[in-house]
Amino acid sequence: MVDGLLDWFRLIGAKTINAVWRIGSGTRFLFLILFHSGLSFRRFGLTIRKIFFSGVLSTIIIVVSGLFVGMVLALQGYETLQVYGSEEKLGVLVALSLLRELGPVVSGLLFASRAGSAITAEIGLMKATEQLSAMDIMAVNPIGRVVAPHFWGGVISMPILATIFSAMGIFGAYLIGVVLIGVDVGAFWSQMQAAVDFRYDIVNSLIKSFVFGVAVTAIATYEGFDAAPTAEGVSGATARTVVTSSLVILALDLMLTAFMMRGWN
Amino acid sequence: MERRAVDLWVGLFVVAGFIALMMLALKVGNFGAYSPKDVYVVKAHFDNIGGLKEQAPVRSSGVVVGRVTGVRFDSKKFDAEVTLSMDSKFKFPTDTTASVLTSGILGENYVGLEAGGADDNLKQGDVVKLTQSAIVLEKLISQFLFSKAQETPTKPKEE
Repeated sequence: MVDGLLDWFRLIGAKTINAVWRIGSGTRFLFLILFHSGLSFRRFGLTIRKIFFSGVLSTIIIVVSGLFVGMVLALQGYETLQVYGSEEKLGVLVALSLLRELGPVVSGLLFASRAGSAITAEIGLMKATEQLSAMDIMAVNPIGRVVAPHFWGGVISMPILATIFSAMGIFGAYLIGVVLIGVDVGAFWSQMQAAVDFRYDIVNSLIKSFVFGVAVTAIATYEGFDAAPTAEGVSGATARTVVTSSLVILALDLMLTAFMMRGWN
Repeated sequence: MERRAVDLWVGLFVVAGFIALMMLALKVGNFGAYSPKDVYVVKAHFDNIGGLKEQAPVRSSGVVVGRVTGVRFDSKKFDAEVTLSMDSKFKFPTDTTASVLTSGILGENYVGLEAGGADDNLKQGDVVKLTQSAIVLEKLISQFLFSKAQETPTKPKEE
């Protein structure tokens, strides 16, 4: 009985120490990437290929999800706003929810599961097949040659994807709200324009998605680089990437929103 | 430099992102909206500003002529001091009335200006003397009830 309890405490202690250890080495890894990112800008072709890998290939899912999220928001928002007779505010509701929260967060989650997992799997498999060690032997730094282009490709792609997501969402809301339900088209756009502020809403949306991009790609590259060089190790690392980066996105979103909130001074 | 298909796709991707951003900025946001360059700053004291916030518009006859750039509590006079940045294209007489109004029933607060008849115009650093506070719903209702209670009961209508 006592032994079981002690084991249990030991397990919690070990897990906690392991988590702190991983946070530390992850931070060191992030600085290593930043330190070795010269190559990804001198040979920008490497980064371009990674933008294609994580950005262009994620566009379809982002476009379709954005469209559907916007459509659902319009339907749900109309149902509720109609009760108060203010269905002209539909555009405001959709635009603000997409720009402030859903755009960066949902595209961040999709990006983590579509691109983040792929990055982890690729780097993890390169490690398992000893391609990274081979590079090291040839005096090519694997962090500069493989990891940093992945990192910068993801960081560049993420704000673009979030912007496309928000724009498609607003277009979807326009389709449902104006074309299908018949909200007045002038009120839809003009009320939206009166409520959405470039600095507070659009720029903050870009800042959020940039931060999420850094977080997701840093976690994905770290998990891949840190994966045990076996089939199981790579699959575990891929799963951890999706879980950790989703949780980190949600936590960061709460913090960033608290910082950005207007009229909080 | 050799051209690869990847470059084309990434180019398209970046262009799509740029178009989306332009759409958000111009069609959805107020990037092209009114923000005057040449301004003169005047102050106004209100007993109650309701929900007035910074960046709220200043309107005269419904047209935006400036922005609220500061709201603070004046601890000497115990009232709210509102800083108005007015577009220097628009001149207002010194006896202009400033009032805190609401657009629509549930809309945002803004400062409404009604021009007076004085010969001199407001200048940088002037204070708008005539002000009207925001209407607080609770006060309005209690006034209404109070005046209703004072009314003498009327006779029922004859057919």
